[in-house]
Formats: sequence, structure tokens, C-alpha cells
Amino acid sequence: MLEINNLHVSIEGKEILKGIDLSVKAGEVHAIMGPNGSGKSTLASVLAGREEYDVTAGEIRFFENDLLDMDAEIRAREGLFLAFQYPMEIPGVGNTYFLRAALNAIREHKGESQLDAFDFLQVVREKMKLVQLDESLLKRAVNEGFSGGEKKRNEIFHMAVLEPRLAILDETDSGLDIDALRIVSEGVNSLRSPDRAFVVITHYQRLLDHIVPDFVHVLKDGQIIRSGGRELALELESQGYERLEPETSQAS
Amino acid sequence: MLEEFANREYEHGFVTDVEQESFPPGLDEDVVRAISAKKNEPEWLTQWRLEAFRHWQTMSEPDWPKVEYDPIDYQAISYFAAPKKKIASLDEIDPEILKTYKKLGIPLDEQKALAGVAVDAVFDSVSVATTYKEKLADVGIIFCSFSEAVQDHPDLVRKYLGSVVPYPDNFFAALNAAVFSDGSFVYIPKGVRCPMELSTYFRINASNTGQFERTLIVADEGAVVSYLEGCTAPQRDENQLHAAVVELVALDNAQIKYSTVQNWYPGDKETGAGGIFNFVTKRGICGKNAKISWTQVETGSAITWKYPSVILKGDDSVGEFYSVALTAGRQQADTGTKMVHLGKHTHSTIISKGISAGRGQNTYRGLVKVAKRAENARNFSQCDSMLIGSDCGAHTFPTIEIHNSSAQMEHEATTSKIGEDQIFYCNQRGLSTEDAVSMIVNGFCKEVFKELPMEFAVEAQKLLGVSLEGSVG
Repeated sequence: MLEINNLHVSIEGKEILKGIDLSVKAGEVHAIMGPNGSGKSTLASVLAGREEYDVTAGEIRFFENDLLDMDAEIRAREGLFLAFQYPMEIPGVGNTYFLRAALNAIREHKGESQLDAFDFLQVVREKMKLVQLDESLLKRAVNEGFSGGEKKRNEIFHMAVLEPRLAILDETDSGLDIDALRIVSEGVNSLRSPDRAFVVITHYQRLLDHIVPDFVHVLKDGQIIRSGGRELALELESQGYERLEPETSQAS
Repeated sequence: MLEEFANREYEHGFVTDVEQESFPPGLDEDVVRAISAKKNEPEWLTQWRLEAFRHWQTMSEPDWPKVEYDPIDYQAISYFAAPKKKIASLDEIDPEILKTYKKLGIPLDEQKALAGVAVDAVFDSVSVATTYKEKLADVGIIFCSFSEAVQDHPDLVRKYLGSVVPYPDNFFAALNAAVFSDGSFVYIPKGVRCPMELSTYFRINASNTGQFERTLIVADEGAVVSYLEGCTAPQRDENQLHAAVVELVALDNAQIKYSTVQNWYPGDKETGAGGIFNFVTKRGICGKNAKISWTQVETGSAITWKYPSVILKGDDSVGEFYSVALTAGRQQADTGTKMVHLGKHTHSTIISKGISAGRGQNTYRGLVKVAKRAENARNFSQCDSMLIGSDCGAHTFPTIEIHNSSAQMEHEATTSKIGEDQIFYCNQRGLSTEDAVSMIVNGFCKEVFKELPMEFAVEAQKLLGVSLEGSVG
């Protein structure tokens, strides 16, 4: 569903991504790992449609569409979801109200009927169990005064309600204690399906103990230097990013 | 991304073609007398107008507000305009005027059927229709145009006119006292709770005609009333002056809630040309245990100069001010409130939300004053500003004067900026930028909107969305 070819991205003249190739098919979970400053979050932002980045070369296909031609809200309505590393607070706007507006925008795009408040509540009740979201967080303003863990859980809750085809998790594990990490991971795992793909961006391998990836890619200095299966993450864990070198000799 | 927003014409910019009977431009004692004569006023009122006029001539326009505009030529303004036909009932209303109201979304004939809202529609200077009057009269409530009140209830008018805002109060109040054309008058008798929301739609129509509304609301002891004021104006090329005065009198144990949604033409987006100058004096006075609550949503006008205030004279009285002021394009607003604590155990609350977009300039100016004998006065003030884009400005000038050490004051102020980050977050959930901005701004104003009567709250939310379209930059 997602094909990235030779993606080069700069911000303010500085090249961050230097030729990324990535192919993600429905049902797969890809982990992208890498040290700070390697370009992980830039990749997530570019996929989601942030405008301050310049794509200087390459292309991204999302299903049959040219992703780079689409505005951020269209990407979202087409089923691309980003769980933010730092979810934004929107004071005064109820979490449920916000999410219903979002879901209805997506449904409208797909030619589906609008959900009224009652129908929507049914959806919400079912989904909030997935991430053990406290009911009070529904009534409060979007992320306002939420703890770090609550914000991350709320992101996964949004994902559960919006049911994307491709979900990108940007450092969803950062700032989570072990219990919260488990809850969030279980939520993600319950959403895994043959029609849905995940791109999990993380610095640490511990998240991958919970969300087991099909593929692991190591991003360093704007390039994917290694790709492999789950065992690559474990190798990283023991060796660290510093000692990992591009797999020039073992490339097949 | 934020810079790209479709421009939208001011929705209410149209002109009704009705024959006008107007005075030629200019202002002197003869004009003041002529206005008074035209309205067949008693001698005491003519004299009051003349005193006000003479006093006004000694005054100069205030220069302390943080607003800029070219000098107003008061001799170039016509001080009286009225639709020619006399109107006795809705059926006789000029179809052109009815059409205007329909465009504004206030079809009078349907309003009659609408639950609980009585409308005293002001078309230029003369009230053209008053509905529900009979029903209100049954419980002794007087709700009529100011001119009618002068004829039918001269004693009440004489007793309270200028009692809260005396004509020497300020330059524009003095001008208004001299030349006021019409407005609304409300009297709620002792112990009566007004059975419906009272509502007035103001409208400025004739070109080059200043409008000088005067509203007086008296709630007798224990009376309760909620009053709604909504305004829109057609588009014009020359600035139009609006200098209104509103006086509220809440006697002991009475409650007055006064809500305004103001959507006058804000002027050309780029140059500011043609917008309304809104220089208004609004003030209320509370008796013992009385309460006055001002709620305003100010989205229109080129320049707004307005400080709805409460004099907490009676012990245990309560004053409230809830405000949303939005300035976009070249709009300038200098608005706020004065809470004057004179009585013991008096409480006041100020919640002000200023939103600036485009090249708008938004100023909160407030005064909380606690007099020497006002034991245990309490005030809570919260002034929040939101900036959209980088060419606008927000300013806050709170003043606190305390002459009694038992006073408790709380003041909170924040300034935030709608960031690309917030908008992007909404976009990423599938919401358009337009919806995102509207949602974020409405969330910001929530504490004020919840004070508005239901039908106004919905209108106010829409208004904010519309006002921001084309100006988010």
C-alpha cells in the first residue's frame, strides 16, 4: 500500500533524508529504528503531510495515489494515520466532539453517512476498552492537562476509532512506563489486521517486545542502512547504533 | 498553509431601497431642536438634549484608546433619517424592509411564531415593528421604542434617563444625549420575571447617517430580564459612526442579563475602508443583592470602543462581564469593562477573550475599583488573547484600584498563538484547515459562549467561523 522510492527531504536547505526506499504491504508491521537525529520523525512528518519539509527528489505512492500530491487532511481521509510523538492540546474542544468531527470528515470522504452523537457514542464505548481509556478523558478537552501516558493512549484511541489503513506510530513508547507501554501495545496489537499496516518508529527495541514487527529497518544519517527481520532489533539492542555499519557485503 | 484562505464577501452587505426622510448633514442647536420636535418630545427632554449638546461642544474626542482612524467630521454627518411611511402593524411594513430582514436571517413574520423571542426591530432610526408587546403588557412589562416610551411613559424615562450614564460622562455619550434618534425601552415591574428573552436587531442602513441609539432597561425590585441585542449592517464606502448609549438599572434583588452579538461591517479587508465606528457607552447600576451580567461577542466594526461596566452600589450585588472580541483584516478593538465596587460583599467576574487575525489589533482595557467602604469585595479577572498569524496584535491594560484592604482580587492572563502544529494535528485527523481554525477558536471562547442564550450561542459560533474566513494569515 505504501511505496517510497529514493526519497530525499530537506528542511531549510539541510538534507535530512538522503534516498529512502521502503515498501509496506497490507497486514505488515515495519519497525524503523535509529539514533536521535537520524531522520525518523522527519520521515513520519513527510508521510503525514507537514509542509515545512521540501521533498527534493523521489516519490511516494499510497495505494494508487501520489501521496505527495495530497493535502494532509486528504491523506488522513484516505486512511493514513499518524500517532504523534507530541500530541497537541486543543483547549475547550471536547475529545469526543473532536473525534466525531474527524470520523465524520473521513466518512464523508468515503461517501458514507454521518454518525450522530448517539451512534458515535456506541463506537467510542467499544473502542475505549482497547486502550483502557478512562471515561473522564472523553469529556475533557483534547489532550488538555493529560499526562504523557494519557496523551499516548489517547492517540491509540483515536486510531482505534478512525480505523486507518496505514498507521504510523512516532515514538509512541517515549515517556511511557512499563504498564502504559503494555496497554498501548495491546491496543495496537488488537488493531492489527490483514488490511492494515503499521510503521512503528522507535528509538528503543523494548517496544518491539510488545509489538512484534515483521520487518526492521535501521535509519542512520538519513538512509536505511540495514533491513531485516525481528532479530535485527535484538542485534541493535546488544551492539548499539554506533557499531552498526551498512550491510555492503551481505546485501543480496 | 495558513495564508491560503478564500476571501469572502461580507454577507450582509446590501442596501435596502426605501425612500428616506433625512436631515441635511450638519449639527447645531437647531438640528438638536429639530430632532426633538420631529419626535414631538416634551420640553424637559429638548432642554436635556441642548444641555448635552452645549457640553459636548466643550469636549474633545478621547485619544487614549489604542485605535487609529482619520478625524471624524461631525458636520458632515446627517443626524436624522427615518423611513417615510408610518407603520401600525407588521402587514404594513415596507416589503423592501421585510426583504432586508429576510436576508439577515430574521424574518419578522416568522419571528413572531418563534418560541419565546420578542423582537423590537430598529430600522435606521425609527422602530418599525414591535412584536409580542401585548403579551408582555399582560404582566406589566413595558417593551417599546424609546420614542414611544417618551410619549407613553414620560415619568419613567425622566426618572432614569442619564441616571447611569450622565451626558457629561464622555464625548460620545454627550453626543448621543444631544442627538439620539431612537432605541429600546424596557421596564420590568417589581417581582416580575420576564417570560421570554427580549431581543432587538439594530441595523444601520442609510448612507452617511450616524446612528445614535439609546437603550434604557429598568428592572424594578426583584425583577428578572434577559435582553439580546444583535447587529449587522450593509456595506458602505464611507465610515459610519455609531455612538450608542445603554443604561441598565437593576434595583434591589433584580437581575439583568444583557447579551450582544455585534456583526457590523468591518471595512475592507486590506484598507479598512468603509467599516463601522462603534463607540458605545454601556453601563449598569446594581441595587442591593442585584446582578448585572454583560455578555458580548464582538466580531464586526472597523473600530470598537466599548466598555460595558457595572457599578456595584448595593451591598451583595454581582457584576459579570463575558466577552469575545475578534479583530481580523484591519479591524481595531479597544474593549473591556469597569467594575466599580461601592457596596459591601460585592462580587465581580471578568472573562475576556480577544482573538486577533490578519492585521487586527485587539486591546483589553479594564478597571476594577474597590471603594473605601466596600468591605469584602471580590473580583476574578481572566484575560486571554489568541493570535492567528504574525501581523496582528494583542494588548492588555488591566487597572486595579483598591481602597479597602479586605478586597480579594485574582487576575489571570494568557496569550496563545494558534500554531501550525495545532492545525496540522487537526488536519492529520481528517479535518480541513478552515474547520480546524473554527474549532480551535470556538474552544478558546467556550467559557463565554456558555453564558449566551442558546440560540445566540449557535449564531455566535457560526459568526466566528465566517469572520475568520479569508482573514486567517
